[in-house]
Amino acid sequence: MSPLSRREFVAAGVAAGAGLVIGFYLPHGSSSNQQSFSPNAYLRITPDNKVTIVVARSEMGQGVRTALPMILAEELEADWKQIEIEQAGASTLFGDQSTGGSASIRTCWDPMRKAGAAAREMLITAAALAWSVPRSGCTAESGRIKHAASGRSASYGELAIRAATLPIPADSPLKQNKDYKIVGQRLPRLDSPAKVTGEAVFGIDVRLPGMKHAVLSRCPVIGGKVSAFDDKESKKIPSVSYVGKIGDSAVAVVADSVWSAIEGRRVLNVTWDEGPNKDLNTAAVIASLKQAASRKGANLYSAGDPAKAAGRKISAEYALPFMAHAPMEPGNCTAHYQGAKCELWAPTQVPQDCRDSVATAIGLDPDQVKVNVTLMGGGFGRRLEHDYALEAALVSKAINAPAKVIWTREDDMRFSTYRPASLHQLSAALDGSGFPVALTHRIIAPSISGQKGQPTPGNFDPDLPDEAGPVYGIPNYSIEYVMSETPVPLGWMRSVYALQAAFALESFIDELAVAAGKDSLEYRLHLLAKDQDLQYLGTTWHPARMRGVLQLAAEKAGWNKPLPAGHYRGIACFGCFASYMAEVVEITMENDQPRVHRVVAAVDCGQVVNPSILEQQIQGGIVYALANELRAKITFEKGRVVQGNFDDYAPLRMDETPTVEVYAVPTAEAPTGIGEPSVPPLAPALCNAIYAATKKRIRALPILS
Amino acid sequence: MAFRPCGTRQPFPFSRRLSTMLSSFQTTNMTDITLRVNGSERKVSVSPETPLLWVLRDTLELTGTKFGCGAGLCGACTVHVDGDAIRSCSTPVSQVAGKSITTVEGLGAKGLHALQQAWIAEEVPQCGYCQPGQIMSAAALLAKTPSPTDDQITQAMNGNLCRCGTYERIRKAIHRAAGNGGTR
Repeated sequence: MSPLSRREFVAAGVAAGAGLVIGFYLPHGSSSNQQSFSPNAYLRITPDNKVTIVVARSEMGQGVRTALPMILAEELEADWKQIEIEQAGASTLFGDQSTGGSASIRTCWDPMRKAGAAAREMLITAAALAWSVPRSGCTAESGRIKHAASGRSASYGELAIRAATLPIPADSPLKQNKDYKIVGQRLPRLDSPAKVTGEAVFGIDVRLPGMKHAVLSRCPVIGGKVSAFDDKESKKIPSVSYVGKIGDSAVAVVADSVWSAIEGRRVLNVTWDEGPNKDLNTAAVIASLKQAASRKGANLYSAGDPAKAAGRKISAEYALPFMAHAPMEPGNCTAHYQGAKCELWAPTQVPQDCRDSVATAIGLDPDQVKVNVTLMGGGFGRRLEHDYALEAALVSKAINAPAKVIWTREDDMRFSTYRPASLHQLSAALDGSGFPVALTHRIIAPSISGQKGQPTPGNFDPDLPDEAGPVYGIPNYSIEYVMSETPVPLGWMRSVYALQAAFALESFIDELAVAAGKDSLEYRLHLLAKDQDLQYLGTTWHPARMRGVLQLAAEKAGWNKPLPAGHYRGIACFGCFASYMAEVVEITMENDQPRVHRVVAAVDCGQVVNPSILEQQIQGGIVYALANELRAKITFEKGRVVQGNFDDYAPLRMDETPTVEVYAVPTAEAPTGIGEPSVPPLAPALCNAIYAATKKRIRALPILS
Repeated sequence: MAFRPCGTRQPFPFSRRLSTMLSSFQTTNMTDITLRVNGSERKVSVSPETPLLWVLRDTLELTGTKFGCGAGLCGACTVHVDGDAIRSCSTPVSQVAGKSITTVEGLGAKGLHALQQAWIAEEVPQCGYCQPGQIMSAAALLAKTPSPTDDQITQAMNGNLCRCGTYERIRKAIHRAAGNGGTR
């Protein structure tokens, strides 16, 4: 369906009695996509003075249902107490609704502001016309238009119908940062009350009349298939009503309760065709990475010629394992297949992909599939996949009734998509003062997008532009990517390749500083000293902004002040998702293991929309990263994932959680990503602290392996 | 799955097949059980070894109590039984017949519990999925230890996982609810 023109959209809204409806456009992703122009979210003001802002991104804890409306409400001059939120499902009216890449705020910033500003200007015009006064005498404030000279005032609701008849102005003036009343405030999240009473409805809580529960027995070997199954014992479990193949590699057990389905699966007897990966183990996977390292890769960044640079040569190799997202809410989805249509209730970061994939799988057109987006109990990238949605739709179709598929924790751990293992080869040539005149970073890792059959122009993974950019102005500098292959299913996990790139690069920079006998902070500041624009795959990095966060973190951490006996510090910085981040980690060593006491984080992410949510994202990213670095490791034996639950894949608990202090550089720059940038610097900062404590350099994660 | 009926025969003396047959025989044994949930009597007819979690969620439609691990490792399923915080995913429903069960829905029967208010004031939830379990663990702590120290909080809360990393704010919220104004 072609997008409605904006005028038609307004007319449609009026015809539906909806008052003022404004469609607007949100670009998503890289600049190459910004040519596409399609409505992405809308504002609805009804005569009963309800101001409803539709959020066309998915809420997985990152606060998007509060932060996005704040941006629009600011320009609208709305009364924040008046705002109601509506979650958009998958729609053809919206652009790309994917929630990922720390992109929601940065891609919605301009369109949300413009939408609010346009509405505000139309409401002012409506009031001026209603009162027959010049519009220059009218102002918008706290959800009302006021005319000071006559003392008249009207609510937005009272003006909505008249405003809806007006043309939408092309370029409404946007507010100056100094005039912000909503953006930049620690406004309470709108979703908190329901989340503390148990009323919040996550995907797993969806309930439909007549709904059945299903769990699936999936082939434990990657890429294996169902050969045969015997459901005699399963059907003896009370309320088990259906056992059947779903796709090639799973058997569903359907019952009236989750527990009956789980019990039915426990006694199900499936014979598997284990396929070509039945002997796959971790050693083989790592060996294939090492083999790929000898290949020439794609050049991501190139300055000067590192090969020709003379000086003291230093090189090191770093390695990272596969990791699993493990969000608290296990995978699930509810579907109701009804012949010519199918409706889904999906905790998903990709409603449109769920819609399209389900349509293909069950033989419908995309517009016959309706996707409702539920709250998510964490995402971290796991719900950028659509496997849970396909399973639910196929089960519902098989039993011709509403069905909810639930994954157990073991299902989540063993049938996930995993952060790619990677290998990093770094080398440098140091000048007489110990600073690098040349630096080479070779990233060897499988491509997530490539494995999924998505385009990889230039032979590099399309995520790398956001996640491996240079900030150091080293005269001879190259970043190279070798695309390796693996049968292990890959997924985008919080910060994606940035964690790997930062661990390797920022640990290596520390090695160079040690070799030069210089302070880690001063060494980095020297490499960032020259103000310049570093162009990297369509993005521009500014050493000055990285200097800013390093200095801020160091100052707040008291970098130059002595520590208590037995305490050690490490520092690292990294730029990704267009933001700049520095972290100082303070540790002690207990029984040869690091104990992290304090992390000081400084960020430059442009204008902060909500400082409380910013703190949440940075604290959360650091806690998530610390668990990853200390012990997260997915391994394989006989084609199977070894880890299964939170005992052998253990997240951080309260007793291991450090104090995290968060500082943002005050700036009027446009906002950039914040969901992921706090993750990458933690590993190198921690390992640099461990080096300070022990003189042992950790070159492979996890630390406690 | 780690769950096995408690108080029943160990599977050890039996062959794997026999114990499976025995277990499936037991599951066909539906039993009427009376539960006291959030102050009301509720009659359910389920297999006695069904974990309390699934009876709450699927039979009584109290979905505030969450499924996280099914093995007592994450605390998302925490409820109170006679005032103690327990993991409902690993507690057979037959064990709690006649006992007083409180879920997050029943915690603030007279408006929001002080902890729920503190959770909102400190802006604790991110995704929010683990928070009902966190709050139930904290409520059991405060009922017995009205002004807990940091160490007591850590001890009481260490069984509750949060992948969003809200632990610092959880600690502050517990202090706030305890009347310490968010500090130790």
